Amino acid sequence: MAGEADDRKPLLSKKIDKFFTGLADAWNFVRRFFQEVFLPPYEFKEVIHQCYRIGVESLPLISLTGFIVGIVFTNQSRPSLSEFGATSWLPALIAIAIVRAMGPLVTALIAAGKVGSSIGAEIGSMKVTEQIDAMEVSATNPFKFLVVTRVLATTFMIPILVMYTDFVALIGSFINVNGKELVSLSTFFVQVFDAITFLDVFSSVIKSLVFGFTIGIVGCYKGYHSSKGTEGVGRAANSAVVISMFLIFIEELLALQIVNAIRGL
Amino acid sequence: MDNREKVVVVRDLYKSFGDLDVLEGVDLDLHREENLVVLGRSGTGKSVLIKIMVGLLRQDSGTMQVLGKEVSKLPLKELNALRLKIGFSFQNSALYDSMTVRENMEFPLVRNVKNLTKKEISMRIEELLEAVGLPQSINQMPSELSGGQKKRIGVARTLVLNPEIMLYDEPTAGLDPITCVDINNLINEVRERYKTTSIVITHDLACAKQTGDRMAVLLDGKFKAMGTFEEVFPRAVDERIKSFYDYNFINS
Ligand SMILES: Nc1ncnc2c1ncn2[C@@H]1O[C@H](COP(=O)(O)OP(=O)(O)O)[C@@H](O)[C@H]1O
Ligand SMILES: [Mg+2]
Repeated sequence: MAGEADDRKPLLSKKIDKFFTGLADAWNFVRRFFQEVFLPPYEFKEVIHQCYRIGVESLPLISLTGFIVGIVFTNQSRPSLSEFGATSWLPALIAIAIVRAMGPLVTALIAAGKVGSSIGAEIGSMKVTEQIDAMEVSATNPFKFLVVTRVLATTFMIPILVMYTDFVALIGSFINVNGKELVSLSTFFVQVFDAITFLDVFSSVIKSLVFGFTIGIVGCYKGYHSSKGTEGVGRAANSAVVISMFLIFIEELLALQIVNAIRGL
Repeated sequence: MDNREKVVVVRDLYKSFGDLDVLEGVDLDLHREENLVVLGRSGTGKSVLIKIMVGLLRQDSGTMQVLGKEVSKLPLKELNALRLKIGFSFQNSALYDSMTVRENMEFPLVRNVKNLTKKEISMRIEELLEAVGLPQSINQMPSELSGGQKKRIGVARTLVLNPEIMLYDEPTAGLDPITCVDINNLINEVRERYKTTSIVITHDLACAKQTGDRMAVLLDGKFKAMGTFEEVFPRAVDERIKSFYDYNFINS
């Protein structure tokens, strides 16, 4: 029995140790990003290329999901509003729900799955096939070329994709509302824009920037630190998705608290 | 004795990873335009040695001087300047998957040589692809190339900056025998044409014999034998060096 405990103890302390060194590594990685992002040379071309790639990778899925979310959410909200005879509030209700929460969350989660995993896998495989070393020995800073560009790209692209998702979801919602309540397009959107405040849009953009940064940095970090072998690459991609989704939910909760506090002022 | 310029000087070099002692007192002198072959079983630290040479890894103790400079003490800027004089051909070629052959070769060039025109860049790339015998591959992706072709492009990419020293990490590993001979010829051609000093890591004795002026056998973290092929192998005393020879001899 005593032997068993002895076997376990180093294992546990090793795990705790690993967790904290991992945390310190991650912190250094984030710090390094902020150190290098402002220093030349700037890889503009690669940033644009990555933005394009992020758009292409996530657009189909985001379009479909946004549209369906719009329809379903509208349809499911109708009964509770009609109990009070308030179905005319549908466009306003949906607009607020989409802009404040659904749009950013849906987009970020899909991008974490699509983009985060592909960044993790790509950088991970570059790591294990020594492509990162090859950049280093040709006197190019691989962190700058691979990490800074991708993190910038996700940070800028997620807010844009969020606006697109909001738009597509509202179209979905309009189709549903138009079918049932016979509201015209212009009436629908007048009601939508009446309901949304500046704070809604502003906080949604800030939140999306943070989501985008999270997806990029987690994917890059996991790839950059992936262990040797193809198995390591798979694990990097997988944990990039899991960790960034987890962080996105935490950030969503924090954002909610902050925005509510501002609203209460 | 030997008055030629020493390009690489290694003294009492130690490197370990955690509990694993990899290099335990490596000494080496590499002269200009010499071709040294480093032999040793896998996991003996051959790659670690040349990675320390380009500053990808850092030794625990001992010195590693390349072109007169202690690599581990160089600030990043000077280290990068030194790296440009060293061509590192990786074991798996390490071509950038997401780029075409042309983009792969442009990558070090446009980032390190200022004021080149598009035409000059193109000419340089075409010349080198010609030199490695693959001018038709310029627009292909690495995934479309065979193992031997990847090695060649990898070599061409490292040559793009006119290195003085070439480091080949297992250039013939995983290739069929005929392609091996091609790659060996390429190594010799590169040496003649570009006057490079080289280190070739291999466990293929045919490759060693064909490309090396001098052999060095890495065993137990040290160079246990050093000299010409004839000096090192047929008369080897150490059982493990002998078995190396016998194995290759029987198989070829
Ligand atoms: N970055 C590293 N971290 C930990 N261990 C390493 C690292 N690089 C190499 N090693 C270990 O050092 C030993 C020698 O590796 P290497 O030089 O690649 O061998 P080889 O002679 O086959 O090229 C191996 O056991 C390897 O696992
Ligand atoms: Mg090796």
